[in-house]
Amino acid sequence: MEDPYKTLGVARDASQDDIRRAYRNLAKRHHPDLNPGNAKAEERFKELSAANALLSDPVKRGQFDRGEIDAAGQPRAPRPSYRDYAEGEPGRRYGPGPHSAAWSADDLRDMFGAMFGQKSRPGGRGADEHYALTTGFLDAVNGATRRLTLPDGRTLDVKIPPGTADGQTLRLRGQGGKGSHGAPDGDALIDIHVLPHRFFKRDGRDIRLELPVTLPEAVLGASIEVPTPGGPVRMRIPPHSDSGTELRLRGRGVPAHGGQAAGDLFATLRVVVGAPDAALEGFLRAWKPEHPANPRHAMEAGS
Amino acid sequence: MITIDILVTQMTGLQRQDLERWIANEWVRADRRADDYVFQEIDVARVRLIKELRDEMQVGEEALPVVLSLLDQLYEQRRRMRELCDLLRRIAPEEMRETLARYLEEGAAAVRADEAASIRPVPGPIRR
Repeated sequence: MEDPYKTLGVARDASQDDIRRAYRNLAKRHHPDLNPGNAKAEERFKELSAANALLSDPVKRGQFDRGEIDAAGQPRAPRPSYRDYAEGEPGRRYGPGPHSAAWSADDLRDMFGAMFGQKSRPGGRGADEHYALTTGFLDAVNGATRRLTLPDGRTLDVKIPPGTADGQTLRLRGQGGKGSHGAPDGDALIDIHVLPHRFFKRDGRDIRLELPVTLPEAVLGASIEVPTPGGPVRMRIPPHSDSGTELRLRGRGVPAHGGQAAGDLFATLRVVVGAPDAALEGFLRAWKPEHPANPRHAMEAGS
Repeated sequence: MITIDILVTQMTGLQRQDLERWIANEWVRADRRADDYVFQEIDVARVRLIKELRDEMQVGEEALPVVLSLLDQLYEQRRRMRELCDLLRRIAPEEMRETLARYLEEGAAAVRADEAASIRPVPGPIRR
């Protein structure tokens, strides 16, 4: 398809009025109704309309001018720009020097500072030093003291306060880089990573746990021993419990710390039927439930 | 890779003597091969950029070295940033990347607020 500017016979910087005028003049001459049976005029008129549709719309005209769409209004495959090359590997061709490293030691110090053991400026406070410490779930919940050996051979006894959460950072004042000329030492910042537990899950101040119980314990009720972060505790399972029943042990979650009250332990029961048992099978065959019910009732189609 | 003849033919409005001057000025780093120059794709894109800067954006050839030098520095920095991002994507744990993204989005104030909330001094004896 021809350049729409040429089709209308206007300059590329023609105003919207110029374009409208040019289109009207040409349309008058080539309108199919004024040229019956003239296939050429009809073809020409179609081109004029398309060119006018494109150029009279400022948005489309801009897209065409920038080469984003062609004369038919179809998106044009973007031509790779200098930027596409310059930002990638080929761009090194126009980098600062043929063999210069992209990253200088200065850059790295600017970005990571203390991690690379940056020495502080004269008279400045010592740099903060970052360390990572991985701890078990119960140590983080109950609190513990862990010894950390630093790269320079020093050891730090890190007191993990009760209720420490995964990702929390502890600050040990004055245990970082030495301050010079009498300035204070930097701090040691310790990122705590808490390992998951086999059956406890942390939920803010509360602890959650899935608790397996036998069929008689659930149906008849029982007093059973439940593990908690602070050690096993006896708990009463009320009669007529079921899988999914949630029981709360008040104050048996994350212990009280830093002005926060202790959390609770939530145990969700899971009924375990256990190994095959002839007597149980015999009983169930003969058993006529008092209130027959379909537990999948809510899943049935249409309900 | 294309030769100077092909490039001059392909790019409408490009004069051979202009291109030769640009190469002499080291604005375009074409490779020499025998008696001829050969252009990589990035060289072709750069020639087009220089032509557009001069012809469409009216950057005169006296100002071009300054503009090109600033552009080269800009792209150098962007290459580095990309390198850093690639590396972070490959080696930084997802959680760290998410935290970084959040901080970059919310700005320095969010970082300070988080530090104030999660960091507390740890009392107790410290053995050296």
